[in-house]
Amino acid sequence: MIKLNINKKPIEVDVDPETPLLWVLRDTIGLVGTKYGCGMAQCGACVVHLNGVAVRSCVTKVSRAVGQKVVTIEGLSENNDHPLQKAWMELDVPQCGYCQSGQIMSAAVLLNENKNPTDQDINNAMEGNICRCGTYLRIHNAIKLAAEIQRKDSK
Amino acid sequence: MISFTWLPEAGLAHNAKDIPLPADWNEVTGYIKITSDNIIKIINPNPEFGQNVMTSLPMMVAEELDVEWKKVVVEMGPHDSVKLGPQFTGGSNSMRMYWRPLREAGAAARNMLMQAAAQTWGVPIEEITTKAGMLYHEKTGKSGKYGEFASKAAGIAIPKGVKLKDVKNFKIVRSSQKNVESSKIVSGKPLFGLDYTHEGMLIAMIEHPPAFGMKLKTFDASQSLKMPGIKDVFSMKLYEDGFEQGGFDTRTFNDLLVVVGKTTWEVMQARKKLVVQWEPAGEIKEKIGGRGGAREVIVPGELETSSAQYAKMQEYANKPGQVVRKDGDPETAFKNAAQVIERTYNAPFLAHNCMEPINFFAHVTDEKALVAGPLQAPGWSEPTLAKLLNLPADKIEIQMTRMGGGFGRRAYGHYLYEAAVISKKVKAPIKLIYTREDDMTYGIYRPMYTATYRAALDANKNLIAFSVKGGGIPEHAIHANRFPAGAVDNYLAETWQIPSNITIGAFRAPRSNFNAAAEQSFLDELAEAMGKDPIDFRLELLKRAKEKPVGKNNEYDADRYAGVLKLLKEKSGWGKPENNKYHRGVAAYFCHNSYAGHVVDMVIRNGKPYVERVYSAMDCGIVINPDAATNMVEGAVIDGIGNAFYGKLSHKEGKAEQNNFNRYRVIRHSEVPKKIEVYFVQNDLDPTGLGEPPFPPVFGAVANALYKGTNKRYYNQPFLDPATQNNNTNTNKKTF
Repeated sequence: MIKLNINKKPIEVDVDPETPLLWVLRDTIGLVGTKYGCGMAQCGACVVHLNGVAVRSCVTKVSRAVGQKVVTIEGLSENNDHPLQKAWMELDVPQCGYCQSGQIMSAAVLLNENKNPTDQDINNAMEGNICRCGTYLRIHNAIKLAAEIQRKDSK
Repeated sequence: MISFTWLPEAGLAHNAKDIPLPADWNEVTGYIKITSDNIIKIINPNPEFGQNVMTSLPMMVAEELDVEWKKVVVEMGPHDSVKLGPQFTGGSNSMRMYWRPLREAGAAARNMLMQAAAQTWGVPIEEITTKAGMLYHEKTGKSGKYGEFASKAAGIAIPKGVKLKDVKNFKIVRSSQKNVESSKIVSGKPLFGLDYTHEGMLIAMIEHPPAFGMKLKTFDASQSLKMPGIKDVFSMKLYEDGFEQGGFDTRTFNDLLVVVGKTTWEVMQARKKLVVQWEPAGEIKEKIGGRGGAREVIVPGELETSSAQYAKMQEYANKPGQVVRKDGDPETAFKNAAQVIERTYNAPFLAHNCMEPINFFAHVTDEKALVAGPLQAPGWSEPTLAKLLNLPADKIEIQMTRMGGGFGRRAYGHYLYEAAVISKKVKAPIKLIYTREDDMTYGIYRPMYTATYRAALDANKNLIAFSVKGGGIPEHAIHANRFPAGAVDNYLAETWQIPSNITIGAFRAPRSNFNAAAEQSFLDELAEAMGKDPIDFRLELLKRAKEKPVGKNNEYDADRYAGVLKLLKEKSGWGKPENNKYHRGVAAYFCHNSYAGHVVDMVIRNGKPYVERVYSAMDCGIVINPDAATNMVEGAVIDGIGNAFYGKLSHKEGKAEQNNFNRYRVIRHSEVPKKIEVYFVQNDLDPTGLGEPPFPPVFGAVANALYKGTNKRYYNQPFLDPATQNNNTNTNKKTF
């Protein structure tokens, strides 16, 4: 059995330790907000946080998550009220929506580390997340709005 | 008082599956259900793939029903063509197709509620008024909520011909309403086909041949079967010999080598242990049904390579094609011309690359079938499914999940049938999953295209003749009756096609997505040769087409086309010196009943072109949901820039050379414009489409901006692919 801590809850799973975290989350635990897009760390649809660091769960062995805090989109906030989630809804970012949880999880790490990101900071942080519908511009603006919300909330 | 405490976020319309709801639904019409507690649910008929129909279509119902939008709950309907209409997402048709039926459904339901109230109160229906989900009778002071009369209304025959609102009085439609599913999207709730689950569900994958033109010879699954979680490995045919396929079914590989197991990862691992021998499939005969009866199609067996495909297209381009339109006497006009300009344009196959790879769930028993997943056209798939499973249509339940992208790819039902026949064979509920590599190498691509444009000028640089000869593998892209047909006295359009075993299908604005690139680049070059401003040149041609149209069957409305160009000219500050710091390119196009144009402002940084700013003008009639419409145009602009710069799927001996995003280049975050300004022509015309029309002219505008930025014309897509730009077999530039 492999002991994990996902979204602040301990959970034990009986899987091959080589299994990518993505498939443990999706198939074994049933947390399907983390998406499969490419399986080779190219598209960012599967981004989750491992001790606050953004990782591509499709190439992260589940064994690497042992003893670490895993956060998925489902655990990003209690009531869908993370500044990024608020900004995403305010600017109506999604089209198909498939890539958006990965986009938000990448952006969340950026905002944790950088309270006032520049355009260049956002570009650097988000370059690994593909959106085929082309909502990048709204994603960009929503990250800026979220940074603003975050700054206001922390005052 | 009715409490709305079950609506956790007041201020939004909601997806019905978000929240616990009472179950006493009274079905007033197929699209509208109301509880006695006055919860109003609207059923969205059309599959959602990001065009926002889950919000925009129910808005039309709510408008005529006269309810508060924020209190409406929305639910995706199952496939039910009797109650819910044609249910087809594609061809930019959702708004156009449902514009009347959904408003009529709302108006009819309102009328039924009024009838119910009139009967209950014993007053004439003419004296009943409604407001925001309430019924009133002023004389007696009586009033009541819709919910109180819903049960009675549900028993009344649905009236026909109820008067609809004047579009000028709309309160919900034509105002921006937020996406009803966004709270689920941003919190990672199960929405998509890949998220669908079912008790006892197994995972299935198909190992398909490594190249187009190959088929399964033999396989040894002994090692795979020893892998953990693996239930079965077998091969089967999708269609038996002589099976008549539907027009949109499409198959690339008919032999299914199937691995079934407990989890996705286990099945992926077992596939690696398969020992498979493939062999050339040779020529294949397919029987394809459709309008006018079944036809036999011969699929060639050759293992194709891109360089040879381009050379073959060049060979066809130099032969006479099939004439599809001729006005005046183009031969003589070209012979007598003072100057002839001829340019050839090329484009590769494109893969849709929906972010959610192809997948479908199926649970088939001897008696019935439940299938669920991402699907654009359930009505097209149902007949084939019924035939394949030998079940009557009423024993087949098709559910449409939200789609992680579509772009045309999910109009082709082969993957749904594959899931169904696998489930039937293994006698278990299964979800078929394509890996990204399976998805990208399966085919159903945008075809390869070529078009040669010629223009004849007289000694005074007047345009006296225009011709286009277009072809492709395996289809051409020519729309014979589109602009500039109708605007030039002597006009010729010809086509040719080269059969192939590489399967193709609709890709966002089929054919137009190439035409607009080629034709709009050519018009730009022509305007330059004639010493004219590119917008003014187009406007002159459109004036001619309006005042004295040439020929018959011209598909476009010259006024609306010109209207978009004029709006673009105004909003982009065309010709103003402050914009000279940008390399500006313009293009406009008509397709899918709408008109679209863009001005692209480009800069070159460190030798690389960036589109910094885009102005877009659209005429799609009434805009149902303005902010959502703007989002879609922004997306089309970005998708267009990405595909124009990078989109390419090439082949070597039948094998796709790109199989994942490490080799298939797509546009990324830092490469998109900093600003996209979207403007709509304001009119009261019935709405037409918006998903596709803004996409094609992006290619032309980008090509024309690139010329300004680099002093070089770009004839071959993708524009930033060195291999394509260095390929001499597909460049053909003649002026004589």
